[in-house]
Amino acid sequence: MSAPLLEATQIGKRFGGVQALAEVDFSIARGEIYGLIGPNGAGKTTLFNVLTGIYAADAGGFRFVATPLSGLKQHEIAARGIARTFQNIRLFANLTAIENVMIGRHVRTRCGVMGAVLRTQAQRTEEAAIETRALELLDYVGIRERANDLARHLAYGDQRRLEIARALATEPQLLALDEPAAGMNPTETLELRNLLERIRADGITLMLIEHDMRLVMELCDRVLVLDFGRRIAEGVPREVQRDPGVVEAYLGKPA
Amino acid sequence: MRPRELGYMLKGTDHPIMALTGIALIGLALAVLPFVLASAGTTWVRITNLALLFMLLSLGLNIVVGFAGLLDLGYIAFYAVGAYVYALLASPQFDIHLPFWVILPLGALVACVFGVLLGAPTLKLRGDYLAIVTLGFGEIIRIFLNNLSQPVNITNGPQGISRIDPFQLGDFSFGESETLLGLSFSGPIKYYYLLLAILLLVIAINIRLQHSRIGRAWEAIREDEVAARAMGINTTNMKLLAFAMGASVGGIAGGIFSAMQGFISPESFVLVESIMVLSMVVLGGMGNIWGVIVGALLLSFVPELLRYTIDPLQKSVFGRSIIEPEVVRMLLFGLALVLMMLYRPAGLWPSAVRRRELTQPIREQ
Repeated sequence: MSAPLLEATQIGKRFGGVQALAEVDFSIARGEIYGLIGPNGAGKTTLFNVLTGIYAADAGGFRFVATPLSGLKQHEIAARGIARTFQNIRLFANLTAIENVMIGRHVRTRCGVMGAVLRTQAQRTEEAAIETRALELLDYVGIRERANDLARHLAYGDQRRLEIARALATEPQLLALDEPAAGMNPTETLELRNLLERIRADGITLMLIEHDMRLVMELCDRVLVLDFGRRIAEGVPREVQRDPGVVEAYLGKPA
Repeated sequence: MRPRELGYMLKGTDHPIMALTGIALIGLALAVLPFVLASAGTTWVRITNLALLFMLLSLGLNIVVGFAGLLDLGYIAFYAVGAYVYALLASPQFDIHLPFWVILPLGALVACVFGVLLGAPTLKLRGDYLAIVTLGFGEIIRIFLNNLSQPVNITNGPQGISRIDPFQLGDFSFGESETLLGLSFSGPIKYYYLLLAILLLVIAINIRLQHSRIGRAWEAIREDEVAARAMGINTTNMKLLAFAMGASVGGIAGGIFSAMQGFISPESFVLVESIMVLSMVVLGGMGNIWGVIVGALLLSFVPELLRYTIDPLQKSVFGRSIIEPEVVRMLLFGLALVLMMLYRPAGLWPSAVRRRELTQPIREQ
């Protein structure tokens, strides 16, 4: 296997007296769909927040494309190629779908104040490209006809798709999805699964937190299981599913 | 102005020809306006000029409050900085008399630096907290100006600086009257055209910024800062940029104010002025350039109209003046704000986004 895309070593994060993450090690290969599971409060979202720069790790760190990224700010990490969605959807609710995606292009475009004020040739070309790309991405996730609807007027499943489109607009190498299937019905989940497979086929590595075990089992190449901030298992879904430690974490000790 | 901008302005009109004719008529009206006003008395031209200044200020503050969503209660400080930069460099105070085209950009630059100085330590603050700090900043600037008369006399303290040079370009002075083509161009009329030109320029800059990558980034920050950062927006720089740009506009307005009045003192830059400008932005409709202009227009003119009507009205009805015009003004002002909150919470002419935010129901999840 080639060098991993993301390599985390001994990540630790403490909030007051709570050890949210402790000595978490894992690595994600290019082109993988990597699942992150665990009971509520296991530290999954905290790990996401560390990887995307919302929190700085207290201990350990991670390398992305062989460069250490820990300690960088969120926007710097986005620029290096990690994009994310949020557990409780964080769209720009009062803007239209296409405006949301256009904002996602920010980090890959250049135009500054002077360009905007003077409306230079370069700026106009860039604006046109931003709009075209945003429409393509809406099409890609299947909500092109919703382009001019307000984000908050979209159906729930479409909001999830829009968030993915917006994240893809930043041209990530790794797309981190925090519970993408939460609140979806089985049909929507199936469509989501197809979308995620397609994203992977287009060369983007995926990492997802998910509680829908069926989706995780069918979609993920490998999963990491966290419990109380610690790694308790990692591997192919089928094996992890049978791991006594994992069963215990979810269901408790046998009496 | 290029067709694209007209396109933004005319968006939603089905009759571009009619709209263009409308714009031409408005242009003509604006060109003739000062002479009509002058026939009613030069005072009205001066009042109009002050209204134009307040429009400039409101547009500047709109960048900070309307576009980037950062509540600034000390905006008048930048106006003060611009005014004092001009006054110190073009008056007998230090006997320096630089031309206005040097000082005005310099004033904008200095105000811009102050904008960044205010912005940098307040980046992590939002809403109420930011408002309090900016309010304090505004007061600090004013108190400084008030006290920088000793040990070395810089600002002349509360006495202010007088005999400030009017704008002068070669032999063409904005302080004197001139007759051209049979029309008498008084000083205030000259300033009117200058202000109008600068206002149009600032409007164009605002429109272009709003519909650009920068404008979208500000919008993103206002909507959801965490998501904005996750999209790779450097929120620190973008907020500082908003503060800097807003402050620069304030600085330019201050410089013109200085030259136009010929006299400034710290009293012109009190907290109430900041609040007045903010009210113009809020009443008109945060984030919408045209709404903000309407807000500034209303809040500048209506009080003046009241000044000329309230007293005569009271005298004719009651035989004497019962309530002072200033009190009536504040009463009506308060009433206007209450009515606005009740019936038009997003402002008289809100931006589409604000209107959605404040008036449309959220889809049930």
